[in-house]
Amino acid sequence: MLRDAERQKLFTRRMALLAGGKLALFSLLAGRMYYLQVLESDRYKTLADENRINLRLLPPPRGRIVDRYGAPLAVNERNFRVLVTPEQAGDLEATLHAIGKIVPVSEETSRRILREARRRRSFVPLTVRENLEWEDVARIEVNAPDLPGVMIDVGQTRRYLYPAETAHVLGYVAAVSERELTGDPLLELPGFRVGKSGVEKIHDLALRGTGGSSQVEVNAFGRVIRELARKEGQPGGEVRLTIDLELQKSVAKRLGDESASAVVLDVHTGEVLTLVSTPAYDPNAFNRGLSGEEWRNLNRDSLAPLVNKAITGLYAPGSTFKIAVALAALERGVVTPGQRVHCPGFLELGDARFHCWRKRGHGWVDLHTGISRSCDVYFYELARRLGVDRISQMANRLGLGVTHDLDLPGERAGLMPTRKWKLEATGVPWQGGETLIAGVGQGYILSTPLQLAIMTARLVNGGLAVTPRLTRELRVGFSEEIERRESTEPFKSLGLNPLHVELVRAATDAVVNEPGGTAYAARIAKRGFEMGGKTGTTQVRRISKAEREQGLKKSHELPWIERDHALFVGYAPVAAPRYAAAVVVEHGGGGGAVAAPIVRDILLLTQERGRRGDGVLRTAGRAGLTPSALNDAPLPGRTAPSGTGG
Amino acid sequence: MLSDTFDRNRMPLRQKFREIHWFLILLLTAIAGFGFVMLYSAAGGSLEPWASRQMARFAVGVAVLVAIAVTDIRIWFKYAYAFYAVALVFLVLVEVAGRIGMGAQRWLSFWIFNFQPSELMKVSLLLALAHYFHGGSAEDVRRPLFLFIPVAMVAVPVGLVLRQPDLGTAVMLMLAAAALFFLAGVRIWKFVAVGLVAVAAVPITWQLLRGYQRQRVLSFLDPDKDPLGSGYHIIQAKIALGSGGVLGKGFLQGTQGHLSFLPEKQTDFIFTMLAEELGMLGGLALLALYGLVLLYGYAIAFSSRNHFGRLLAMGITCMFFLYVFINIAMVMGLIPVVGVPLPLVSYGGTAMMAVMIAFGLLLSVHVHRDVIMGRRGGPDSF
Repeated sequence: MLRDAERQKLFTRRMALLAGGKLALFSLLAGRMYYLQVLESDRYKTLADENRINLRLLPPPRGRIVDRYGAPLAVNERNFRVLVTPEQAGDLEATLHAIGKIVPVSEETSRRILREARRRRSFVPLTVRENLEWEDVARIEVNAPDLPGVMIDVGQTRRYLYPAETAHVLGYVAAVSERELTGDPLLELPGFRVGKSGVEKIHDLALRGTGGSSQVEVNAFGRVIRELARKEGQPGGEVRLTIDLELQKSVAKRLGDESASAVVLDVHTGEVLTLVSTPAYDPNAFNRGLSGEEWRNLNRDSLAPLVNKAITGLYAPGSTFKIAVALAALERGVVTPGQRVHCPGFLELGDARFHCWRKRGHGWVDLHTGISRSCDVYFYELARRLGVDRISQMANRLGLGVTHDLDLPGERAGLMPTRKWKLEATGVPWQGGETLIAGVGQGYILSTPLQLAIMTARLVNGGLAVTPRLTRELRVGFSEEIERRESTEPFKSLGLNPLHVELVRAATDAVVNEPGGTAYAARIAKRGFEMGGKTGTTQVRRISKAEREQGLKKSHELPWIERDHALFVGYAPVAAPRYAAAVVVEHGGGGGAVAAPIVRDILLLTQERGRRGDGVLRTAGRAGLTPSALNDAPLPGRTAPSGTGG
Repeated sequence: MLSDTFDRNRMPLRQKFREIHWFLILLLTAIAGFGFVMLYSAAGGSLEPWASRQMARFAVGVAVLVAIAVTDIRIWFKYAYAFYAVALVFLVLVEVAGRIGMGAQRWLSFWIFNFQPSELMKVSLLLALAHYFHGGSAEDVRRPLFLFIPVAMVAVPVGLVLRQPDLGTAVMLMLAAAALFFLAGVRIWKFVAVGLVAVAAVPITWQLLRGYQRQRVLSFLDPDKDPLGSGYHIIQAKIALGSGGVLGKGFLQGTQGHLSFLPEKQTDFIFTMLAEELGMLGGLALLALYGLVLLYGYAIAFSSRNHFGRLLAMGITCMFFLYVFINIAMVMGLIPVVGVPLPLVSYGGTAMMAVMIAFGLLLSVHVHRDVIMGRRGGPDSF
């Protein structure tokens, strides 16, 4: 008993020790609980929500692009997709085979889906086919009982309704590239598209809208349990262009297969009614995604379908430039309208001989005939008297050699050379002969078709510095809020003597409407619709002395790439000019023979559309501000004034 | 063997039933009740598949408990080594023919049920050690040679369990055995010495640890290093627990558990789910119930008049404490993740049965607290 008592005493003592230890450890647990559930609770609550709440972005529908009358150009089309959920499908391979009996499923697609199915969670739907026809959708729906886990999903894809006619204006959308990521989470959505060129690019933000979001609760495997909250986004805004779709289509058709471009402007408002560059590419293909082969072919094509030639094509303006030279000469007083210059077919400067396009010469030529017959010698002489700097200065005032902030990316300035520029750029001083070449719009001088149209518009609108405009209005989402893109102030005057402007304009009238004018063959016979204009034919290669002596080859005898560019700038109606147009046909041949008839057809159609009585083409809202109000309804039968310059 | 002369050593069955500590059983039922409630919630508000089966097991467990409690403690004393031997045989059998589940070979299949021999060993080892030390005087315990046999009795099953591998059970066996050694009167410096040797053996042990065991230790030391790998369980458990706050998210309102972020929410990690839904108050309430049970365990050990009963009661109490502490400390990120269930609450048949058997023995000590046993189990004849 004694020993047991001793043992018990020891036992009791140690029991107490253990009890103390246990109490301490239990306190530790309670303390830890306090730390985690009271002190750190907020942090863990946040973590818990992050765990289970997933923010999903809802992409907004992209805004439509419509023409000036509201005809849709770029829309969103429902894109029917077949999706398969591996978890529900069971035997995925058999299901794919079953789908393949209804709509073709390539071997490659099958392999891709089977591969993805292994990698992804089994409840994530996989895309089998996109852009299904409605009939295929119906057939799949009918067979739904035999296709477990297969569903039809409606997404949206961008669709360009007139790809060939509007590609260069609208541009295209495509998947977001790494460089374009701005932090906007929308851009990181798989399958999201942004504008890559054209209006789609310039107005990308407005068209894009803002994304909505959906808060969903997910479990540890990412499966959505339920939606907790939803915030609707703002659909993309609608962009209304100044383009007239019907005109655009006709012009594109008229240019046909040529490598060409055409621009039609409202001379008072600067609205671009038509802007076409041919050949075009298919913007829908870019949205779908081009193969490397397709992309290489587009880039290699000598007709440059990817290039919007109307704003980025740089051409020597040739004789169309004589408008600028003539105005410069009159304004600077180096020539009077009646002063005559003799053209024997060439002009000699030092050792060099500068040829007129008419080998036997024009005889005595004044300003009026110099322009209407496009006498090169007359303009060599004017240029010699002016010097290149003063020519380029006038050209800049008329809108050449500068950009105009058109709502299109990639607009180029071209080049109006000066003596200073040449010395800086090449290190070689300006040569006198180069001035003569500049006088006929060749040499260093480069301009775009858009600029030529602007020059024409400024000539015929009373000498106002009109600038081009492509966007009529931006409509934000579904709201009534409309941002009008019209300048509220009238365009500034260029400060030219109205008499001089009228002299040159009348001479361009004669180009088309006087027998002997270089575009007389292309005149508009319909009374009240007559056009004026200026031809231009520019060499794309140097003609050697030997060639000249052998006699020049006819255009069609030359290889295509060596043929001249055909240019024409025109306006109509001559009595009260309303529209200006510029056409450049690359390697087309003579401006009078090739480009002028195209402009004739374009301007005739433009006027007919403008006078059809709907009046929409009229620039409502600007009445009283510009002469356009007076000219809005030209009276049929009103005769065109004949040339007064000569 | 039993002397008829001592009345207190013989008790009619009716009296034994009266002597059973019914309040303790009520406490156990309350704790198990927490389990039923949480299993109901873990199944998304359904008795199936866990809560109903757990209830049935508990009912069977109570019956077993009572049966063991009224069985004479001298029977348990007498067959202590036999139970130990049987448990050891089962452990070897597991080694030879066990079923592999959850990456470890722990299970033996019988006709209709599976059980883990290691759970049986926990109770058997306590019985065997209590038996051994019952027979040794305070002087005996001081002799190192006297300690050779009990050390071997611990080492063999620990070695077998480690081979399965089941680190959690091995640690439990060692710690519970250490508690018994301590209570039996082994000098403290010996524990210090063993502790030092253990620290010295850490590098060697590290070499012997399985890859996943090393991962568990590493992820305990820095759970954020590999948040989706082995640290995932600890981080998610802490998030669930911490987000519960003081009052919890409400019964059935937990998110982390229901959305499957919590691993093993119905077994080892059930405490996190409880703390998420019922908050710190719920957690402390459960902890208090456990504390009360421990307190009664102490009282039973203290009031026992035989050394075997004292040692057995304390062994069971310590074992029970270790279960609770290791499990809760583990889910709160205080110690590495070892597979130890929360007694009476975690879903699982064998563990439940083992706990009920252990408490049956504890109550048997209580019922037979006045039985006086000699060194070999007979009436004390000193």
